[in-house]
Amino acid sequence: MNTMIPKNLSRRQFLKDSAALMGGLVISFYLPMKSGRAFAADDHPKPVYPPNAFIRIAADDTITVVVNKSEMGQGVYTSLPMLIAEELEADWSHIRVESAPVAAVYNHTTFGMQLTGGSSSIPSSWEQLRRVGAIARTLLVRAAAQQWGVPENECHAENSQIIHTPSSKKLNFGSLADAAAKLPLPENVVLKSPKEFKLIGKSMKRLDTPAKINGSAQFGLDVYLPDMLTVLIARSPVFGGKVKNFDATEASKLPGVQGVYQVPTGIAVAANGFWPAKTARDLLEIEWEEGPGAAVSTAKMHSDYLEMAKQPGLVARKEGDTVQGLKEAHKSVSAEYEVPYLAHAAMEPLNVVVDLKSDHCTIWTGTQSQTLDRAMAAKTAGLTPEQVEIHTTYLGGGFGRRANPRSDFVIEAVQVAKVIGKPVKVVWTREDDTRGGNYRPMWADHIEAAIGKDGKPVAWKHTIVGQSIVADTPFEGFMTKNGIDATSVEGAATLPYAIPNFQVELHSPKNAVPVQWWRSVGHSHTAFVVETMIDELAHLAGKDPVSYRLGLLPASSRYRGVLQLAAEEAGWGKKKLPANHAHGVAVHQSFESYVAEIAEVSLENGKIRVHRVVAAVDCGRVINPDGVRQQIEGAIVYGLSAALHGAITLENGRVMQSNFHDYVPLRFSEMPQIEVHIFESTEHPTGIGEPGTPPIAPAVANAVFKLTGKRLRHMPLDQEKIA
Amino acid sequence: MISFKINGKMAKVEVDPNTPLLWVIRDHLQLTGTKYGCGIAQCGACTVHLDGHAVRSCVTPVSMASGKQVTTIEGLAQNALGKTVQSAWQEVDVPQCGYCQSGQIMSAIALLKDNPHPSESQISAAMEGNLCRCGTYNRIRSAIMKASEQLGGAK
Repeated sequence: MNTMIPKNLSRRQFLKDSAALMGGLVISFYLPMKSGRAFAADDHPKPVYPPNAFIRIAADDTITVVVNKSEMGQGVYTSLPMLIAEELEADWSHIRVESAPVAAVYNHTTFGMQLTGGSSSIPSSWEQLRRVGAIARTLLVRAAAQQWGVPENECHAENSQIIHTPSSKKLNFGSLADAAAKLPLPENVVLKSPKEFKLIGKSMKRLDTPAKINGSAQFGLDVYLPDMLTVLIARSPVFGGKVKNFDATEASKLPGVQGVYQVPTGIAVAANGFWPAKTARDLLEIEWEEGPGAAVSTAKMHSDYLEMAKQPGLVARKEGDTVQGLKEAHKSVSAEYEVPYLAHAAMEPLNVVVDLKSDHCTIWTGTQSQTLDRAMAAKTAGLTPEQVEIHTTYLGGGFGRRANPRSDFVIEAVQVAKVIGKPVKVVWTREDDTRGGNYRPMWADHIEAAIGKDGKPVAWKHTIVGQSIVADTPFEGFMTKNGIDATSVEGAATLPYAIPNFQVELHSPKNAVPVQWWRSVGHSHTAFVVETMIDELAHLAGKDPVSYRLGLLPASSRYRGVLQLAAEEAGWGKKKLPANHAHGVAVHQSFESYVAEIAEVSLENGKIRVHRVVAAVDCGRVINPDGVRQQIEGAIVYGLSAALHGAITLENGRVMQSNFHDYVPLRFSEMPQIEVHIFESTEHPTGIGEPGTPPIAPAVANAVFKLTGKRLRHMPLDQEKIA
Repeated sequence: MISFKINGKMAKVEVDPNTPLLWVIRDHLQLTGTKYGCGIAQCGACTVHLDGHAVRSCVTPVSMASGKQVTTIEGLAQNALGKTVQSAWQEVDVPQCGYCQSGQIMSAIALLKDNPHPSESQISAAMEGNLCRCGTYNRIRSAIMKASEQLGGAK
């Protein structure tokens, strides 16, 4: 991947990037590389970051914030401008948002490429964007002071104006923008202390809501170009299959069909609009060379995986001696877990618009991964990355799928554009999207754990089996160490509980099914396994699950705060629940944020019914509290859909699910009440898009145990076991 | 030639009469606020009103709209109930990714038109066909109740 990241930015490139943001005040600055998430390894390139351009102030006082993260529902078009506006002392009603073009100036401060993922937008922008705001404010103050001929320290910024404090003279930002833009950048700026914050920490309405309630928000599917053809592709029914023969005679006859073409991923039907393309695609006769992908069966994989889980794997973490620990134990338990492949199933199926010319390629799509997509599009088109332009539209949900490490949907669309020679919109149907792979991996786990006479755990041996997400992708180099993909063991190798003999091992088998990050990545599976097992140990010890956990967490642990807060708010052990209702608890850290969830569950006609979820979250300092609540609410629903219903299965290499009738998300009537409590913290802000997902499945499974005495160790939760 | 009124304006289209109304609205009339989510009436993202009733436009042949009135999310500015619902949505800050919200709003309006003061279970029943992967259901419920309060009248 390193080769794709420009290590140094030429002056020419800088001028070009700045030119794209002309007019009014353009703020540029250098941001040094920071060490970020643990998996951003040391061999990551360490360039001095190129100058960035994030703010444009127009004469009419509107302030356009250029946001370098993709808005997929997580609220970055509001929270990131808040960081700038805070330091800029901007009138919030003047703020507008634009999505950033692809340029090195917009690279993620940790990942070194333009990417939205890893619940990292706020933590990685926290310093950067406040600085941008402070630099702009400093320049505006300077410009006003020069115009008035007064000392700078007699002037301050407030509500999009510079005010000369002694005389109360005022100038609007808009009238100072041109003069400020001509000033040299200040060497140092002072950031506000938290007690001076006016916006940060206050619930602000989302800036994208108006466009999302009147139909004007533009998603990728909403892009229409003149002379554009809509393209649907018939892809192989098994992963890795190729076209052997095809007959498009009938398909080509349909009115509106403009052509049928063989492309690397299958047979593309181009038409005037979706409907003729879809109808014609249904008429294609294709014979496939299926290849080894036809042998994939998830039922067989389950038994293979469980067998593998009993064999020694690569050691991800080892403390003490688990063999000895298990031998000397007072009581022990051994358990097997299975979780399935999961599709992301964002509401907006994948789609890409491509306008390919001989020396330029313009792409409109909802992507989370601009730099990589641009590089791959350029390679596919035979152009340089600079000749490829990507317009990031709103994303109708991302959940990781739109940051494909192989740029699958973008490459395919460019391949189609090359063959067809006209602007194209490649649309995936819901069925294509569901069957298109790039799933959350299927996993099997085996745990042997034991407690001593005092009830405390003395040994824990956990073996994990599942495909590596980063294997054979550009991310492999810095996310895999000694053969261990950090995302495969996250949440398991990082178990916070005090256990003297502890070992986590990993097997990473390969097969034809492409896998990818799915909201909360490895944690989506490990939290279920470890948080149900710790619950099991609590019961084995005859202890209360909350106090048992607290007893195993160090006094300084941030897990404690959220666990206690959730327990208190839910009335854990105190509140009288209706008959046949029970509470279950889980606590998990992911993306450096801590979330505890307590689910109130009953069984209705043998089915799990979740009535209420009380969540407590510690994500450090909070920028937009209502945004945090939205993300935790959404993450719980996403996790609950998977816990109760989600499974992608394959037989003879074919995906058995196709649409929302058989890959079922949570619907309105299944919705629990959700309460989100924010643990007050002054720590550095951490992720919020994903951390709410991992604890919900184990919290529900633990409540079911309390109700039935039965341990559910499969996802989706195997309700037949309790029926 | 099939003609119908959409958001108060006359539309005439020359298409296969089996073409789903959704694709006529999007591909021919380029009103893109109405979304494609599933194509089989499972998600509700394509919900529009046909003579005031909520329909899933992805499975409604355009021929069924012939001579009728179609209202899409873009037509709400002309509609008092629509505006009430939109402002409740704004107040509660319902949307996240926003993709399903046009359909949610169209379903909510159809509910409130027939039943200005729905109970929680009536809301659930009416909204059951609209999926949201961002999990905004509880906010949708709050917004519908808020809009209902605004509508006044006896419960």
